[in-house]
Amino acid sequence: MNLLLSVLEQGLIYAVLALGVYITFKILDFPDMSVDSSFPLGAAVTALMIQGGFSPLLTLPVSMIAGAIAGSITGIIHVKFRVRDLLAGIIVMTGLYSVNLHIAGRANVQLFSFNTIFKNDFISGLPSSIQPYAPVIILAVVTLAVKLLMDAYLATRSGFLLRATGDNATLVATLAKDAGKVKILGLSIANALVALSGCIMCQYQRYFDISMGTGTLVLAVASVIVGTQLLAGMRFLRATTAVVLGSILYKGCVALALSLGLSPFDLKLVTAVLLLIIIIAGGQNRKKGKRHA
Amino acid sequence: MLELKNIVKIYQGGTVNETCLFDGFSLTIPDRQFVCVVGSNGSGKTSLLNIICGSIPIDDGEILIGGENITRMPEHRRHRRIGRVYQDPARGTCPSMTILENMSMADNKGKPFNLMPCVNRKKAEEYRAMLSQLGLGLEDKMGVKVGNLSGGQRQAMALLMSTMTPIEFLILDEHTAALDPKTAEIIMQLTGKIVAAKQLTTIMVTHNLRYAVEYGDRLLMMHQGRAELDLSGEARRNLRVEDLLAKFNAISIECGN
Repeated sequence: MNLLLSVLEQGLIYAVLALGVYITFKILDFPDMSVDSSFPLGAAVTALMIQGGFSPLLTLPVSMIAGAIAGSITGIIHVKFRVRDLLAGIIVMTGLYSVNLHIAGRANVQLFSFNTIFKNDFISGLPSSIQPYAPVIILAVVTLAVKLLMDAYLATRSGFLLRATGDNATLVATLAKDAGKVKILGLSIANALVALSGCIMCQYQRYFDISMGTGTLVLAVASVIVGTQLLAGMRFLRATTAVVLGSILYKGCVALALSLGLSPFDLKLVTAVLLLIIIIAGGQNRKKGKRHA
Repeated sequence: MLELKNIVKIYQGGTVNETCLFDGFSLTIPDRQFVCVVGSNGSGKTSLLNIICGSIPIDDGEILIGGENITRMPEHRRHRRIGRVYQDPARGTCPSMTILENMSMADNKGKPFNLMPCVNRKKAEEYRAMLSQLGLGLEDKMGVKVGNLSGGQRQAMALLMSTMTPIEFLILDEHTAALDPKTAEIIMQLTGKIVAAKQLTTIMVTHNLRYAVEYGDRLLMMHQGRAELDLSGEARRNLRVEDLLAKFNAISIECGN
């Protein structure tokens, strides 16, 4: 039961991350490596603010703004200076590492004695039968809110343009819109969500670690692919719902593997191999159902 | 009025492969003229369209629309008054979006792409009526992703989408070349209808000499960056496909291809 609860909790936290990466990876077709640093950026901002006595709730929007700035820098480097997408992300990822250290002050920050969105007077005032479920309820609310807002955004005119940019940038130009600007906007939104996920993770585990972002992109891409390809048969599911479920499913698989005796040493290797298998299997699906004429 | 003044376009400038395509090319197209452009490969037809739309930079010269100099205007800003259909049907539509979504997005051209909902259910009937006049059965597939349509169906949509908002210029870049003869015929008839109804200034590049003779009121034959033939008025009306073919062959033989 405890295992199931922690899988759900972590899956929901990473679902916010995966929703962000869904924008860059799936909608914009942009391999955004800066995610590996904008995730800990959100956490660093959160650690700084919580130590400074700010309300834990305030850390959510502030981390998102920080992430949006990081994402727009990646976008500007790519669009205005014509640096290749992968390289633009790597440059920002590398630079942000130092920025994150400066923000947090140290490579590790512990927040055990501070209040967070999961540990405060309101929650300790709840009946003890509900308390163990408080984190998962909070996370479900946050993730659902993010998912619904994203669904709403993707149905707006601006959201349509974002989808069109990844699909067919030529069309965006003939609609008299600058595809470059749309890309920058998309990267900002995506990294805002990634940083939000980092912010929540930092409060959940109650510490910040400079290396907590390593492998974030792969993890998020795994969730997105698990969600969009394994659940592709269920057509009634929205893509965003599939990504959230994919994240939970992915966390569940990892937890299951670990509880069956997989050494944590091998975790990343197994992740990489599993991801490869899913991509190859999915790639063959794509050939069958051709996307372009 | 669209004016190109002394356009110079050099490809691979500064290398041994440097080729000068346009060297002081000038062209004036009055409002509401329908110009057909023919010519062999590499004669500068598509480059001409790309220069007008701002898809490629020029080395010298000026481009004016209605007297306004747009030489340095970026491509997307020029498209506020230009609609364009490409040879590749995939370039004019979004494959992962439905027909209704594509039409709604195209209908929003010229308006802000803000946080208002993009699909307006009230307008769906209007789009359906536009699609049904094509006779391709698209009106019953409003919820189908455009990626699942055939090339001809997509091209018909691309043509509708590029002309559904108020524009002044229509640029057609061999837009029937990738289609089967029957579909090409449907698309050409639709083109003629739309151009006449909206009174658009149109530039159509085509390899089909019959279309070049049947449609439009001016004909340009491009060769090595020059207009080898420029017919309008009486001379254009008396032109027959055989004359055009003879001229085309004469130029080709001259160059040895």
